[in-house]
Amino acid sequence: MNLMLNMTGVRKTYATGAVEVEALRGIDLQVSAGDYVAIMGPSGSGKSTLMHIIGCLDVPTSGRYELDGSDVSSMSEKQLAEVRNRKIGFVFQSFNLLASLTALRNVELPLVYAGVPATERRERALAALAKVGLADRVQHRPGELSGGQQQRVSVARALVTNPALILADEPTGNLDSHSTAEILDLFAELNTAGRTIVMITHEADVADHAKETVHIYDGLLREQSVGVGAAK
Amino acid sequence: MMGWAETLRTAIAALNARRMRSLLTMLGILIGIAAVMLTVGLGQGASAQITSQINSLGSNLIIVSPSQTTTSGGFRGGGGTASTLTTQDAALLADPAVAPDVAAVAPTSSASGSLQSTESTWTSTVIGTVPDWQRVRAREVANGRFFTDAEVNSSASVAVIGEDTATELFTSANPVGQTISINGQAFTVIGVLKSAGSSLASNDDDTVVVPSTTYAARLSTSSNANSVSSIYLEGKDAESLSAAYQQVKTALLASHQVTSDDADFTVSTQASLVETATSITGIVTLLLGGVAGISLLVGGIGVMNIMLVSVSERVREIGLRKALGATPAIIRRQFLVEAGILGMLGGVVGIALGFIGAAILTPVLGMTVMISIPATLLALVVSLGIGIVAGVYPATRAAKLAPIDALRSE
Repeated sequence: MNLMLNMTGVRKTYATGAVEVEALRGIDLQVSAGDYVAIMGPSGSGKSTLMHIIGCLDVPTSGRYELDGSDVSSMSEKQLAEVRNRKIGFVFQSFNLLASLTALRNVELPLVYAGVPATERRERALAALAKVGLADRVQHRPGELSGGQQQRVSVARALVTNPALILADEPTGNLDSHSTAEILDLFAELNTAGRTIVMITHEADVADHAKETVHIYDGLLREQSVGVGAAK
Repeated sequence: MMGWAETLRTAIAALNARRMRSLLTMLGILIGIAAVMLTVGLGQGASAQITSQINSLGSNLIIVSPSQTTTSGGFRGGGGTASTLTTQDAALLADPAVAPDVAAVAPTSSASGSLQSTESTWTSTVIGTVPDWQRVRAREVANGRFFTDAEVNSSASVAVIGEDTATELFTSANPVGQTISINGQAFTVIGVLKSAGSSLASNDDDTVVVPSTTYAARLSTSSNANSVSSIYLEGKDAESLSAAYQQVKTALLASHQVTSDDADFTVSTQASLVETATSITGIVTLLLGGVAGISLLVGGIGVMNIMLVSVSERVREIGLRKALGATPAIIRRQFLVEAGILGMLGGVVGIALGFIGAAILTPVLGMTVMISIPATLLALVVSLGIGIVAGVYPATRAAKLAPIDALRSE
């Protein structure tokens, strides 16, 4: 099967003052195209560090990481920016929308950095917003939208570049149960349509929506368990 | 790669979101540019004014003036300051064999004199000279006539008066033909000079001109009747002016038996006067412009300061933009463009303020503020440059932010 994400022996060490902290101590993780994986772990487990490396926001100290067939473990900052732009769609816990921009402009942003012409950009952003059910909210600014709507805007932003991987970091952490259900339904829908999704969470009932769950503890992956998502 | 139009749009949106701060930041550049424009404009205006005044003295003018030399004892000859120039010097320079490129010579003596007409009294500068003075100094007679060589030879008691002097002495009657007394000596007014406008130090319209011989015999206070206070000469034309200058200098050095190091006279041309005057105004302009330039520098530091604040405030935004695919180069460009816009807008408004200031100052100071177009364009480029230079450091800081650190900051 085609591997979208292939990590072997990934380690990450931080130097905090004189003390070296080993956040990741040899991670092996494979995610196939079309997979929906939840990564679970308590705080301090190395969960965020793993998410940063998966998202190409940071590079491993050692080990190998291939994303969609290309080795990203030794790329320059500029190359990493391009990989993030083209291959990864981020969904953050705190939405991370720019408050001064409309929903449409927020969704257009990754396309702006990809150098997509204005008309095509607009069309694609409108289509992505329609896909998340916000076709009637495109000119609203984040402040004028509910939390669930804001998170749907950021999902639209993650989708708009047609990325190889959607990386969600605690996507429901700031949402009420209704909006949580909405977003998780949206992810399920996207996964059914063939999207690869990696979701970091610490809530078991959220992780249950994924096809597979991996647990991280003290910088090591413990087990891979199959969630209810796979049964569907 | 992100296009320029998009970079510009983003920069303008960011500046617009912090409108008040952007305006205050621009103010520094604005005041600096306006101050530089006005000080340089005032300097150039003053320089142009002085130049035109010097040029109005006459055309192809050479002026020989005495320079007092100290005696070997080390103190100056006090009392009646006998000039080192004499009518013999003037006669020498009038000789075409000695100074072929000199067209006219007018030895001039002057002193203050008390004037009295039938109507009023007045004090003015009395000049003793020859008919060529009129030609050398480019003066015309508005009413009546100038005195002749014959009148000089006969020491006639005739006087030509300036326009202002005429107004002071005669309220209604035609001055020509009237008798005035100069220091108690009776003179007949034969002409009134056309106005020349006031020049640097003296008012050329408040003067009385009499034949040199009459002046020497009846008005001079000098111990030497032959001495003159200066010699005005006219060169044949502009091309031979420097030749004429050399001839005058050489002839006088030889006849005074001195070297140019201890010369007891100075020869200056209009060009050299203009040069001296413009070099003085140039230095003053440079000093004032320098002070104004410092305010521009301070404005630039203000831009840098605000951009640094902006970067630390927008760490999260920078992190997000990087996560979404902005390369360090794009982030750097973003902040450079923002700083450049601040500088450039400050420059544009500063230039507008400079023009308004020039329009207000010109009548208020009675001096022309000359704002040159190249200088204005330069100001624009400089303000843009200041913005960009001030933006380099903050922009580099923004570009170097690690995306995870930036996203983490709450």
